[in-house]
Amino acid sequence: MSTEFRFAVNVTPKPGILDPQGRAVEGSLPHLGIEGVSGVRVGRRVELTVSADDEVLARAIAERLASELLSNPLIEVYRVELLEATSSTTSGARSD
Amino acid sequence: MSVPIGVVVFPGSNCDRDTTHALALAGAEPVELWHEQASLDGVAGVILPGGFAYGDYLRAGVIARFSPVMRSVAGFAAEGGLVLGICNGFQVLAEAGLVPGAMLRNRGLRFLGRDVRIAVEHGDTPFTHLAGPRRPLRMPIAHGEGCFFADPATLDELEAGGRVLFRYVREDGTVAGEVDDPANPNGSLRAIAGVRNAAGNVAGLMPHPERASEGLLGSDDGFGLIRSFVESAAAAAARAAPIEVTTR
Repeated sequence: MSTEFRFAVNVTPKPGILDPQGRAVEGSLPHLGIEGVSGVRVGRRVELTVSADDEVLARAIAERLASELLSNPLIEVYRVELLEATSSTTSGARSD
Repeated sequence: MSVPIGVVVFPGSNCDRDTTHALALAGAEPVELWHEQASLDGVAGVILPGGFAYGDYLRAGVIARFSPVMRSVAGFAAEGGLVLGICNGFQVLAEAGLVPGAMLRNRGLRFLGRDVRIAVEHGDTPFTHLAGPRRPLRMPIAHGEGCFFADPATLDELEAGGRVLFRYVREDGTVAGEVDDPANPNGSLRAIAGVRNAAGNVAGLMPHPERASEGLLGSDDGFGLIRSFVESAAAAAARAAPIEVTTR
Protein backbone atom coordinates (compact mmCIF):
# COMPACT_ATOMS: atom_id res chain seq x y z
CA MET A 1 0.00 0.00 0.00
CA SER A 2 1.41 3.35 -1.02
CA THR A 3 2.06 5.88 1.68
CA GLU A 4 2.35 9.65 1.53
CA PHE A 5 5.56 10.86 3.10
CA ARG A 6 5.83 14.55 3.90
CA PHE A 7 9.42 15.80 3.90
CA ALA A 8 11.14 19.07 4.59
CA VAL A 9 14.38 19.75 2.76
CA ASN A 10 16.48 22.31 4.61
CA VAL A 11 19.10 23.98 2.44
CA THR A 12 21.75 26.20 4.03
CA PRO A 13 24.99 27.81 2.84
CA LYS A 14 27.99 25.51 3.27
CA PRO A 15 30.04 26.25 6.37
CA GLY A 16 32.58 28.92 5.51
CA ILE A 17 30.66 30.22 2.49
CA LEU A 18 29.98 33.91 2.57
CA ASP A 19 26.36 34.52 3.61
CA PRO A 20 25.63 38.23 3.36
CA GLN A 21 21.97 37.66 4.26
CA GLY A 22 22.94 35.94 7.49
CA ARG A 23 25.35 38.74 8.26
CA ALA A 24 22.67 41.36 7.61
CA VAL A 25 20.26 39.58 9.95
CA GLU A 26 22.95 39.34 12.60
CA GLY A 27 23.76 43.00 12.15
CA SER A 28 20.15 43.96 12.86
CA LEU A 29 19.96 42.17 16.20
CA PRO A 30 21.37 45.01 18.31
CA HIS A 31 18.51 47.19 17.06
CA LEU A 32 16.13 44.73 18.70
CA GLY A 33 18.11 44.84 21.90
CA ILE A 34 19.03 41.17 21.50
CA GLU A 35 22.46 40.03 22.59
CA GLY A 36 24.38 36.78 22.51
CA VAL A 37 23.18 35.58 19.08
CA SER A 38 25.79 34.56 16.54
CA GLY A 39 26.33 32.27 13.57
CA VAL A 40 23.17 33.31 11.70
CA ARG A 41 22.92 31.49 8.35
CA VAL A 42 20.00 32.10 6.01
CA GLY A 43 18.86 29.22 3.82
CA ARG A 44 15.60 27.91 2.44
CA ARG A 45 13.18 25.17 3.36
CA VAL A 46 11.20 23.22 0.80
CA GLU A 47 8.35 20.94 1.93
CA LEU A 48 7.06 18.21 -0.33
CA THR A 49 5.07 14.98 -0.35
CA VAL A 50 6.40 11.75 -1.86
CA SER A 51 4.15 8.76 -2.60
CA ALA A 52 6.07 5.52 -2.16
CA ASP A 53 5.79 2.01 -0.77
CA ASP A 54 8.07 2.64 2.17
CA GLU A 55 10.11 5.32 3.84
CA VAL A 56 13.44 4.18 2.39
CA LEU A 57 12.17 4.57 -1.18
CA ALA A 58 10.49 7.86 -0.39
CA ARG A 59 13.59 9.24 1.27
CA ALA A 60 15.75 8.21 -1.71
CA ILE A 61 13.53 10.30 -4.00
CA ALA A 62 13.61 13.28 -1.63
CA GLU A 63 17.40 12.99 -1.32
CA ARG A 64 17.83 12.92 -5.09
CA LEU A 65 15.63 15.97 -5.50
CA ALA A 66 17.55 17.75 -2.73
CA SER A 67 20.97 17.04 -4.21
CA GLU A 68 20.19 17.53 -7.91
CA LEU A 69 17.76 20.44 -7.88
CA LEU A 70 17.05 22.02 -4.51
CA SER A 71 20.68 22.59 -3.53
CA ASN A 72 23.91 23.40 -5.33
CA PRO A 73 26.59 21.15 -3.83
CA LEU A 74 29.32 23.74 -4.52
CA ILE A 75 27.84 26.25 -2.15
CA GLU A 76 25.08 24.61 -0.10
CA VAL A 77 24.35 21.66 2.16
CA TYR A 78 20.95 20.08 2.74
CA ARG A 79 19.19 17.95 5.32
CA VAL A 80 16.08 15.91 4.57
CA GLU A 81 13.66 15.68 7.45
CA LEU A 82 10.57 13.44 7.57
CA LEU A 83 7.62 15.40 8.87
CA GLU A 84 4.73 12.99 8.53
CA ALA A 85 3.72 9.68 6.96
CA THR A 86 0.10 9.12 5.97
CA SER A 87 -1.13 5.77 4.67
CA SER A 88 -3.69 6.10 1.90
CA THR A 89 -6.21 3.85 3.74
CA THR A 90 -5.79 4.80 7.35
CA SER A 91 -4.19 8.07 8.25
CA GLY A 92 -1.61 8.34 10.95
CA ALA A 93 1.21 10.64 11.76
CA ARG A 94 4.71 10.27 12.98
CA SER A 95 7.87 12.25 13.03
CA ASP A 96 11.53 11.30 12.97
CA MET B 1 26.92 33.51 -46.17
CA SER B 2 26.62 34.70 -42.66
CA VAL B 3 27.07 32.20 -39.89
CA PRO B 4 23.99 31.13 -37.89
CA ILE B 5 24.37 31.73 -34.14
CA GLY B 6 21.73 30.47 -31.73
CA VAL B 7 20.37 32.66 -28.94
CA VAL B 8 18.44 30.63 -26.40
CA VAL B 9 15.20 32.19 -25.24
CA PHE B 10 13.92 31.06 -21.86
CA PRO B 11 10.75 32.39 -20.30
CA GLY B 12 12.21 35.39 -18.48
CA SER B 13 15.17 36.01 -20.80
CA ASN B 14 15.36 39.74 -21.42
CA CYS B 15 18.64 40.30 -23.26
CA ASP B 16 17.85 37.98 -26.16
CA ARG B 17 16.93 40.86 -28.46
CA ASP B 18 20.01 42.87 -27.48
CA THR B 19 22.08 39.79 -28.22
CA THR B 20 20.51 39.08 -31.62
CA HIS B 21 20.97 42.77 -32.48
CA ALA B 22 24.67 42.69 -31.58
CA LEU B 23 25.15 39.42 -33.47
CA ALA B 24 23.56 40.90 -36.59
CA LEU B 25 25.84 43.94 -36.28
CA ALA B 26 28.77 41.53 -36.21
CA GLY B 27 27.56 39.96 -39.44
CA ALA B 28 26.02 36.79 -38.02
CA GLU B 29 22.58 35.38 -38.66
CA PRO B 30 20.95 35.22 -35.22
CA VAL B 31 18.64 32.24 -34.66
CA GLU B 32 16.32 32.30 -31.64
CA LEU B 33 16.13 28.92 -29.93
CA TRP B 34 13.03 28.47 -27.75
CA HIS B 35 13.65 26.68 -24.46
CA GLU B 36 11.24 23.86 -25.28
CA GLN B 37 12.93 22.87 -28.51
CA ALA B 38 15.47 20.07 -28.50
CA SER B 39 17.00 20.93 -31.88
CA LEU B 40 19.65 23.60 -32.23
CA ASP B 41 18.69 24.13 -35.89
CA GLY B 42 22.25 23.56 -37.09
CA VAL B 43 23.72 26.72 -35.56
CA ALA B 44 27.49 27.14 -35.39
CA GLY B 45 27.54 28.56 -31.86
CA VAL B 46 25.12 29.20 -29.00
CA ILE B 47 24.74 32.21 -26.71
CA LEU B 48 22.72 32.01 -23.50
CA PRO B 49 21.57 35.60 -22.95
CA GLY B 50 20.88 37.56 -19.81
CA GLY B 51 17.58 37.83 -18.00
CA PHE B 52 15.76 35.91 -15.32
CA ALA B 53 15.18 32.46 -16.81
CA TYR B 54 12.14 30.85 -15.19
CA GLY B 55 11.95 33.81 -12.87
CA ASP B 56 15.26 32.82 -11.24
CA TYR B 57 13.11 30.78 -8.87
CA LEU B 58 14.95 28.53 -6.41
CA ARG B 59 18.42 29.67 -7.62
CA ALA B 60 19.36 31.73 -10.64
CA GLY B 61 19.76 29.41 -13.62
CA VAL B 62 18.89 26.12 -11.98
CA ILE B 63 15.48 25.45 -13.53
CA ALA B 64 16.67 26.51 -16.99
CA ARG B 65 19.34 23.86 -16.70
CA PHE B 66 16.72 21.10 -17.03
CA SER B 67 15.01 22.50 -20.14
CA PRO B 68 15.03 20.50 -23.40
CA VAL B 69 17.19 23.08 -25.18
CA MET B 70 19.85 22.87 -22.46
CA ARG B 71 20.22 19.12 -22.93
CA SER B 72 21.01 19.85 -26.58
CA VAL B 73 23.35 22.70 -25.64
CA ALA B 74 25.20 20.32 -23.29
CA GLY B 75 25.52 17.81 -26.14
CA PHE B 76 26.68 20.56 -28.51
CA ALA B 77 29.29 21.68 -25.95
CA ALA B 78 30.49 18.10 -25.44
CA GLU B 79 31.10 17.89 -29.21
CA GLY B 80 33.28 21.00 -28.99
CA GLY B 81 30.64 23.54 -30.03
CA LEU B 82 31.18 27.15 -28.94
CA VAL B 83 28.87 28.27 -26.13
CA LEU B 84 28.88 31.65 -24.37
CA GLY B 85 26.75 32.53 -21.35
CA ILE B 86 26.18 36.18 -20.52
CA CYS B 87 24.99 37.14 -17.02
CA ASN B 88 21.97 34.88 -16.39
CA GLY B 89 23.33 32.67 -19.18
CA PHE B 90 26.56 32.33 -17.17
CA GLN B 91 24.50 31.33 -14.14
CA VAL B 92 22.69 28.69 -16.24
CA LEU B 93 26.03 27.29 -17.50
CA ALA B 94 27.40 27.17 -13.96
CA GLU B 95 24.31 25.40 -12.63
CA ALA B 96 24.57 22.92 -15.51
CA GLY B 97 28.21 22.27 -14.62
CA LEU B 98 29.35 23.38 -18.09
CA VAL B 99 31.61 26.03 -16.57
CA PRO B 100 33.16 25.89 -13.10
CA GLY B 101 32.01 27.78 -10.03
CA ALA B 102 28.78 29.24 -8.74
CA MET B 103 27.36 32.72 -8.41
CA LEU B 104 26.49 33.85 -4.90
CA ARG B 105 24.33 36.78 -3.97
CA ASN B 106 26.20 40.07 -4.34
CA ARG B 107 28.15 40.85 -1.18
CA GLY B 108 26.20 44.03 -0.63
CA LEU B 109 22.89 42.14 -1.13
CA ARG B 110 21.71 44.69 -3.69
CA PHE B 111 20.88 44.24 -7.34
CA LEU B 112 23.53 46.19 -9.24
CA GLY B 113 22.99 47.90 -12.58
CA ARG B 114 26.06 49.93 -13.47
CA ASP B 115 29.15 50.03 -15.66
CA VAL B 116 32.21 48.04 -14.68
CA ARG B 117 35.61 47.56 -16.26
CA ILE B 118 37.01 44.15 -17.05
CA ALA B 119 40.40 43.03 -18.29
CA VAL B 120 40.77 40.28 -20.84
CA GLU B 121 43.15 37.82 -19.19
CA HIS B 122 43.78 35.77 -22.31
CA GLY B 123 43.52 37.36 -25.72
CA ASP B 124 44.10 34.16 -27.67
CA THR B 125 40.77 32.37 -27.10
CA PRO B 126 37.74 31.97 -29.40
CA PHE B 127 35.90 34.41 -27.11
CA THR B 128 38.50 37.16 -26.93
CA HIS B 129 40.84 37.15 -29.93
CA LEU B 130 39.24 40.26 -31.47
CA ALA B 131 38.91 42.14 -28.16
CA GLY B 132 41.51 44.63 -29.32
CA PRO B 133 44.60 45.98 -27.61
CA ARG B 134 44.94 45.24 -23.91
CA ARG B 135 42.95 47.79 -21.97
CA PRO B 136 40.06 47.72 -19.50
CA LEU B 137 36.77 47.15 -21.32
CA ARG B 138 33.82 49.16 -20.03
CA MET B 139 30.41 47.46 -20.08
CA PRO B 140 27.39 47.18 -17.82
CA ILE B 141 26.46 44.62 -15.21
CA ALA B 142 22.87 44.01 -14.11
CA HIS B 143 22.53 41.26 -11.54
CA GLY B 144 21.70 40.35 -7.97
CA GLU B 145 23.69 37.12 -7.83
CA GLY B 146 27.04 37.71 -9.45
CA CYS B 147 29.60 37.01 -6.77
CA PHE B 148 31.77 34.35 -8.39
CA PHE B 149 32.60 31.56 -6.01
CA ALA B 150 34.71 28.41 -6.22
CA ASP B 151 36.76 26.68 -3.54
CA PRO B 152 40.45 27.71 -3.30
CA ALA B 153 41.71 24.54 -5.02
CA THR B 154 39.38 25.12 -7.98
CA LEU B 155 40.39 28.80 -8.16
CA ASP B 156 44.08 27.81 -8.27
CA GLU B 157 43.31 25.25 -10.97
CA LEU B 158 41.44 27.85 -13.04
CA GLU B 159 44.31 30.30 -12.79
CA ALA B 160 46.96 27.69 -13.59
CA GLY B 161 44.98 26.42 -16.58
CA GLY B 162 44.47 29.89 -18.04
CA ARG B 163 40.72 29.53 -17.56
CA VAL B 164 40.07 32.88 -15.90
CA LEU B 165 39.01 34.87 -18.97
CA PHE B 166 37.95 38.18 -17.43
CA ARG B 167 38.65 40.05 -14.20
CA TYR B 168 37.13 43.18 -12.74
CA VAL B 169 39.70 45.96 -12.83
CA ARG B 170 39.93 49.57 -11.73
CA GLU B 171 40.09 52.44 -14.18
CA ASP B 172 43.88 52.24 -14.22
CA GLY B 173 43.76 48.55 -15.12
CA THR B 174 44.83 47.15 -11.74
CA VAL B 175 42.89 44.12 -10.55
CA ALA B 176 40.06 45.00 -8.16
CA GLY B 177 39.97 43.72 -4.58
CA GLU B 178 37.36 41.30 -3.26
CA VAL B 179 35.89 43.38 -0.46
CA ASP B 180 34.68 46.99 -0.49
CA ASP B 181 36.11 47.76 -3.90
CA PRO B 182 33.58 49.50 -6.16
CA ALA B 183 35.49 48.13 -9.16
CA ASN B 184 34.36 44.61 -8.13
CA PRO B 185 30.89 45.54 -6.88
CA ASN B 186 29.54 42.00 -6.41
CA GLY B 187 32.62 40.90 -4.45
CA SER B 188 33.66 38.06 -6.78
CA LEU B 189 36.53 35.93 -5.49
CA ARG B 190 39.84 37.02 -7.04
CA ALA B 191 37.77 39.59 -8.98
CA ILE B 192 36.78 36.92 -11.50
CA ALA B 193 34.20 38.20 -14.00
CA GLY B 194 34.30 35.31 -16.46
CA VAL B 195 35.73 31.81 -16.87
CA ARG B 196 35.82 29.00 -19.39
CA ASN B 197 35.69 25.23 -19.20
CA ALA B 198 38.71 22.94 -19.37
CA ALA B 199 38.20 22.18 -23.07
CA GLY B 200 38.09 25.93 -23.77
CA ASN B 201 34.90 25.96 -25.85
CA VAL B 202 32.40 27.08 -23.20
CA ALA B 203 32.69 30.43 -21.45
CA GLY B 204 30.58 32.64 -19.24
CA LEU B 205 30.81 36.19 -17.91
CA MET B 206 28.61 38.38 -15.75
CA PRO B 207 29.04 41.74 -17.57
CA HIS B 208 27.06 42.41 -20.76
CA PRO B 209 29.20 42.82 -23.89
CA GLU B 210 26.05 42.95 -26.06
CA ARG B 211 24.90 46.05 -24.20
CA ALA B 212 28.19 47.73 -25.07
CA SER B 213 28.33 46.92 -28.75
CA GLU B 214 27.86 50.26 -30.46
CA GLY B 215 28.76 53.84 -29.76
CA LEU B 216 25.10 54.78 -29.41
CA LEU B 217 24.97 52.71 -26.21
CA GLY B 218 27.80 54.69 -24.62
CA SER B 219 30.44 52.03 -25.15
CA ASP B 220 31.38 49.61 -27.88
CA ASP B 221 34.05 47.91 -25.77
CA GLY B 222 32.02 44.69 -25.73
CA PHE B 223 31.68 44.41 -29.48
CA GLY B 224 35.12 42.81 -29.85
CA LEU B 225 33.90 39.90 -27.72
CA ILE B 226 30.77 39.46 -29.84
CA ARG B 227 32.88 39.64 -33.02
CA SER B 228 35.35 37.12 -31.58
CA PHE B 229 32.52 34.67 -30.95
CA VAL B 230 31.00 35.14 -34.41
CA GLU B 231 34.29 34.76 -36.21
CA SER B 232 35.29 31.69 -34.15
CA ALA B 233 31.92 30.05 -34.80
CA ALA B 234 32.24 30.82 -38.52
CA ALA B 235 35.72 29.27 -38.56
CA ALA B 236 34.43 26.18 -36.74
CA ALA B 237 31.54 25.88 -39.20
CA ALA B 238 33.95 26.15 -42.11
CA ARG B 239 36.19 23.40 -40.70
CA ALA B 240 33.37 20.91 -40.39
CA ALA B 241 29.78 20.65 -41.47
CA PRO B 242 27.63 21.65 -38.48
CA ILE B 243 27.01 18.74 -36.21
CA GLU B 244 23.33 18.03 -35.73
CA VAL B 245 22.87 17.17 -32.09
CA THR B 246 19.73 15.28 -31.29
CA THR B 247 18.54 14.22 -27.91
CA ARG B 248 15.55 12.37 -26.79
